[in-house]
Amino acid sequence: MKRVDHAKLSKEFIVQEKHVQFHDKRLWDLRTARDVAAFGIPEWEELRSLASAIKEHTLSNLADYLQEFERNAIRNGVVVHWARDADEHNRIVHEILSSRGAKSLVKSKSMLTEECEMRPYLEARGIAVLETDLGEQIQQFDDQLPSHIVLPAVHKLATDVAEVFSRTIGTDPENSDPYYLAEAQRQATRPHFLNADAGMTGCNFAVAKTGGITVCTNEGNADLCANVPPLHIASIGIEKLVPKLEHLAVYIRLLSRSALGSPITQYTSHFRAPRKGGEMHFILVDNGRSERLAMDDFWRSLKCIRCGACMNTCPVYRRSSGLSYGGVYAGPIGAIINPTFDLKKYSSLPFASTLCGSCGNVCPVKINIHEQLYKWRQVIAQNHELSFVKKESMKVAGTVLGNPQSYRAAIAVVNKATSSLPRAFIYNPFNAWGKQREVPDPPKSSFRQWYLKNRKVK
Amino acid sequence: MNGRDEILEKVRNAQPKGCALPEVPMFDSGLPPALQTFKDALAKIGGEWVHAADDQDIEALIRSRHVMAKVICSAVPEVAGTRRVVAAMTQRQMDDVDVGVVRAGFAVAETGSIWLSEEQYQINALGYLSQHLVVLLDPADIVGNLHHAYRHRGFFEAGYAVLVSGPSATADIEGVLIRGAQGVRTLTVIPVARERR
Repeated sequence: MKRVDHAKLSKEFIVQEKHVQFHDKRLWDLRTARDVAAFGIPEWEELRSLASAIKEHTLSNLADYLQEFERNAIRNGVVVHWARDADEHNRIVHEILSSRGAKSLVKSKSMLTEECEMRPYLEARGIAVLETDLGEQIQQFDDQLPSHIVLPAVHKLATDVAEVFSRTIGTDPENSDPYYLAEAQRQATRPHFLNADAGMTGCNFAVAKTGGITVCTNEGNADLCANVPPLHIASIGIEKLVPKLEHLAVYIRLLSRSALGSPITQYTSHFRAPRKGGEMHFILVDNGRSERLAMDDFWRSLKCIRCGACMNTCPVYRRSSGLSYGGVYAGPIGAIINPTFDLKKYSSLPFASTLCGSCGNVCPVKINIHEQLYKWRQVIAQNHELSFVKKESMKVAGTVLGNPQSYRAAIAVVNKATSSLPRAFIYNPFNAWGKQREVPDPPKSSFRQWYLKNRKVK
Repeated sequence: MNGRDEILEKVRNAQPKGCALPEVPMFDSGLPPALQTFKDALAKIGGEWVHAADDQDIEALIRSRHVMAKVICSAVPEVAGTRRVVAAMTQRQMDDVDVGVVRAGFAVAETGSIWLSEEQYQINALGYLSQHLVVLLDPADIVGNLHHAYRHRGFFEAGYAVLVSGPSATADIEGVLIRGAQGVRTLTVIPVARERR
C-alpha cells in the first residue's frame, strides 16, 4: 500500500497550464448549468429533501429492501448473486462468463467495477473486456483510472485523446477534431457490440418493489451492451436500493440536472427481466458498504447518487484534477468515501479541501460532505496519520492562535516581514502559502490597531 | 455462512435509525401545456419535432428526410419501410438499419422524453443499432412530468423500458457536444394520432 499524497500528485497536473485552465472552466460551466437547471424547478429544494429522506429511510431498512428486491428479481427470471467483496464479485463475473464459454465482454461505465478492479482480473483469465463509454474507453486505452465520476477523461485535451487513439485505434495523430475522434471511436467500437459474448452495465438505482434496475447514460452504449449480446450482467452496490418506482422520479429529476445541467440523461433505461432466450444476472455487492453503514459519522455518504456535482463545484478538485486523488472516487465525495476503504492510504484526501462547504450545498441528496471532511481530519489526527510537518505546524498554530498576546505579536512580525523581507526569503520552500501564489500585501495596520484607534470607547 | 446471509446480517446490524418514508407529491399543479413543453424540451435535448402536411403520408415524410436510407425498418403499421421488424428477428439483424421507426408508448413533457419498451421495439436493438430513429407520438399520450411517468403501468409490465431523450450524445472530448455517440445519430418525433380501439 502506497500512501496517496494529494498535494504531490496535484503538481503533476498543475504544471500543465492549458489543462488546468480548460479543466477549471469546463467544470465551472457545468456547475453554472446545474444552477440554471435547478433554478428552473420551483420544487428543487423540496426534491433534495425528499431524495435525502428516501435514501436515509432505505438505508435504515436496507436488509429488508434488499430481500424484497432479490425476491422480485428472481420472480422476474433474473439470477441474483451476492458478493461480499471485490474478489468475490470478480470471481462471480468470471464464473458466469467462463461457464458459458464467453470470451468477450462489452461494458458500460460502472464505478463499482472500477472499485473491484474487475478488468485486469478478467483480462488475466483470457477474457477481452472493452469499455464502451467514450471517456471511459479513452481512460482504458491510456491505462488510467477515470478522473471524474461522470466525465472520465475530463482532465485530457483533444490533443491528448488524438494521441491515445492514434496508437490504439489508428486515428491520425495530427487530427484532434473532437467530431473526427468521436466518429472514429464509434466505428471502432461497433463491431464489439455486435460480436461480444456478453454485456455488462452498472446500476444507478435498484427498485425493491419491481426487482428492476435503472441505468442512466447518454451515449446509448449501455443499451447496446445490455440488448445486443445474449447475456447481460449488472453489478449493483447494495446502497443503490430505493423502495418504489415512484421514487425514481425524484432521483431522475435531480441526477442529470445536478451533473450536467440537462433535464435528464439521453437514455434512462430500466431492466427488469431477461429478453426471450436471453439471460440476466444481478450481482449485489457489499465491498465495505455494510461497514460504512455502521459508521455513525460517515454512513450518510451511502446516499450518493454519483452525479459529480461536488466535483464540479470544488475549487480544489477543479484545479488539481481527479487523478491527484489517487483512488477510484475523486473530489469531495472521494475524499470522504476512499478513507472508509483504507484510512492510511487515503489519509491526505480529507485535507484536499478548503472546507468552503460548496459540495454540501450542491449535493442533490444533501450529504454533509464538508462536515464529514472535517470529521475525517479529526479521525486521522487521532489515529496519528498526520504528516510530521502538518502536526508540528498545527501545534505552533494552536499555541499562537490560542493566546491573544502571542497572536498579536505574530501578526505584527508577519506583516512587517512580508513588506520588508527579500522575495527569496518569503517564497522559501518551507512556506506552503508561497507556492504557486503571491502572498498578499500586508495591511497598513491590523484590525485591532485600527479598532483601538477609531472605535474603542476611551 | 454464505455470502448472501453474511451481507444481510452485517447490514441488519449496521442499519442506523432512519426516518419514515416520505410521501412524494406529484408536483403537477399549474404545469404548463404538455404539448408545447414537450416540443421545447425535445428541441433542447437535440430531438426534432416534424409535422406531416395534411395530405402528406408519413412514409413519404420519412423518406424525404432520409433520402440516402437503404434500410427503413418499421415497427409500426402506419409505415411499411423496406423491412418490417418482427419478434423472431435477432438483435444483430438491426446492424444494417438506416432508419428505425417506432411508436412511443407515451412521452414526458418535462424532459422531452419518449417511453419505449420491448413491446414498441419488438427487437430492442432497433433503437440503438439503427443510425436514425423516427418516433410516432400521439400528442394525447404526453404526461406532464416524471412523477406521472413513473406511475405508468408500462413500467410494471415491461422487461425492458427506456426513456429516450433525444439522440445519443457525448461531450467526453474537451466538452464538445456531439450528437450521435454510440446510439442513433438523430431522433425525429412525428405527431400521429393512435388508432383508438
